[in-house]
Amino acid sequence: MINNDRSSIALSRSPIRSPSLQELDIIAEIPKEEYVLKCTSACAGCSDSLALRYVLKAAGPDTVLVVPACCTSVIQGIWPNTAFNIPVYNIAFGAAAACASGMSNAFRKAGKKTNVIVYAGDGGTLDIGIQAMSGAFERGTDFLYVCYDNEAYGNTGMQRSGATPLGAKTTTTPTGKTDFKKDIDAIIAAHDPPYQATAAAAYPQDLFKKVQKALTFRGPSFIHVLAPCPPGWRYSTEKTVEMGKLAVKSGMWVLYEREYGKVTIGAQSKVAMKKPIPLEDYLAPQGRFKGIDPKTVDILKQRIVKNLAKLAAEEAAP
Amino acid sequence: MKKIATGNKAVAEAVKQAGPDVVAAYPITPQTEIVEQVAEFVSSGELKSRYIPVESEHSAMAACIGASITGARTFTATSSHGLLYMHEMTNWAAGARLPVVMTNVNRSLGPGWNIWAEHTDALQERDTGWLQVYVSTVQEAYDATLMAFRIAEHNDVLLPVMVNLDGFLLSHIMQPLDTVELGDFIPPLTLPHAIDPKSPTGYGGLTGPDQHFKFRWDIERSMRDSVKVIDDTQKEFAKRFGRQYGFTEDYRCDDADVVVVAMGTLGKEAEVAIDLLRKEGIKAGSMRLRWLRPFPKLVLIGKEVVVIDRDYSFGRGGILATEIMAQTKEELFSVIAGIGGQEVTYEDVADFVRNRRMGTESWFGVNSNV
Repeated sequence: MINNDRSSIALSRSPIRSPSLQELDIIAEIPKEEYVLKCTSACAGCSDSLALRYVLKAAGPDTVLVVPACCTSVIQGIWPNTAFNIPVYNIAFGAAAACASGMSNAFRKAGKKTNVIVYAGDGGTLDIGIQAMSGAFERGTDFLYVCYDNEAYGNTGMQRSGATPLGAKTTTTPTGKTDFKKDIDAIIAAHDPPYQATAAAAYPQDLFKKVQKALTFRGPSFIHVLAPCPPGWRYSTEKTVEMGKLAVKSGMWVLYEREYGKVTIGAQSKVAMKKPIPLEDYLAPQGRFKGIDPKTVDILKQRIVKNLAKLAAEEAAP
Repeated sequence: MKKIATGNKAVAEAVKQAGPDVVAAYPITPQTEIVEQVAEFVSSGELKSRYIPVESEHSAMAACIGASITGARTFTATSSHGLLYMHEMTNWAAGARLPVVMTNVNRSLGPGWNIWAEHTDALQERDTGWLQVYVSTVQEAYDATLMAFRIAEHNDVLLPVMVNLDGFLLSHIMQPLDTVELGDFIPPLTLPHAIDPKSPTGYGGLTGPDQHFKFRWDIERSMRDSVKVIDDTQKEFAKRFGRQYGFTEDYRCDDADVVVVAMGTLGKEAEVAIDLLRKEGIKAGSMRLRWLRPFPKLVLIGKEVVVIDRDYSFGRGGILATEIMAQTKEELFSVIAGIGGQEVTYEDVADFVRNRRMGTESWFGVNSNV
């Protein structure tokens, strides 16, 4: 059941070889330790494992990951092997936050500071897991909840979720989704946790810092990570990082933090607010938006403006 | 110490003494008094537990699972729809080999809403890998709860245990309760597969068709091993505290021609009916089934068997009757009685015996001659 391979050879083999990310490895503050080992069964260009790599580097070894049904339950590999060099507790789809709640309480009762991190997809967060998550946040559970959002049910083959944006084609919305993406960040904000943030797998340093910061707070914290999905969004695998950046640059995804209620918009999104790239530049490379009605694009654009204005107003509030 | 208590208060008292590290629970009638009392013990400091007031029963069991896998002792209580709502997680707790102890206050299922005693709730959990014991008195509710922790946490078992008591008929009835000085009756929990970040392990990940059955078989192996652990625990309990318990409670069965088999309070009520029938010259006895899982070997050879089911499996029959039919060649008279709290007196039970029609099933209150 255990893959205890922490040999220097195993650790020196970085599973990701792209030059831009190798550059990141030389940034002093990001530890060399790898907790997502080679041989995950993730798809090529998967940003779930990319984001998780930095989440775990930030959290360090005294961490337990609680994972509901999602792509992450699959990419660990098949028993008796596991591709993760950290304890992982897999739990039923709608139960991650409740399970973490029990785990966190038991660790604290035993005087242990072990980080309890839920790592869940958008389905397990916005849809089936929302009740358990809301309960855990309301009860002030000492844990970090990371939702990696690929905007559909990825591991069952891309059915629509509450996180699927308007107009996106999925296997259950073959002509494009007719409803808006659920604003889970606003729902979390309504619970007023000490810390919440958005991030993107395309900006790993930013994600790393936010995870480190989140773990300094007592009580619940939340990080919502945009995780583009090549087979689901129908773009070619080498464009995963670019896709995340286009989402931020177009304003479709906004990077911000909310610390004790105070909103701070990230530098990358500040640029997008002043001078966004055309939304079409983000939509066009993705097969899921192919043939999208221009009227729908206009509605998406209006939502972007509205969302940015709302966040700017929150940031400006004293 | 002798006192008077309801079944619910007796359970809470046992939980206080067992000292779980984490209690996660959601209120439901008629279980509420248990969680209120446990919360009170935690609040007053008498019980040094973390009490997690979860937002649902599904989360109650999920939280117990999350706590238990760290090696913590855990407890929850529920009833009826609450039990069914946590069904996915009861399977998970057993599959994950976690010694969670749960009280289930047996109650009917809707619709329509009915808060009264029935066993169908717990019997729908029959195949989950939980050990199940059914009690019949306030004292037994207390004793069985203490024993449940010792049995569940025994390293030959490591399966969750459900203690069942009849809604209102036991949960809210006051009877004498003699509490014990527990001493070291429940040893500290040592969970062999507890999470340890120093030894990273994956739990509950993908298991292929070439492996999955091995884990299922391991549950059954432990279920079989639990027979000895239950037996030892009940004997040790008798030795220390003087109260005897078996897999069944047999009353005047030895020379009986006809035996009434039932669970919970009806099984106890049957003893009064037996005395009545004996006075009439009918050689009757009663066998109150305490442990449903693991299911004990019942000695019923050569006897007529009247089974009372406070439950039903639609399209098949009384669940207890069906279980017994699978084990014995003796003909049964299957009576469905007490559904949704339907009143069943010892006079009625005596009538079931007097009017028995072997090889048939009868619904009390529906079929005219029972």
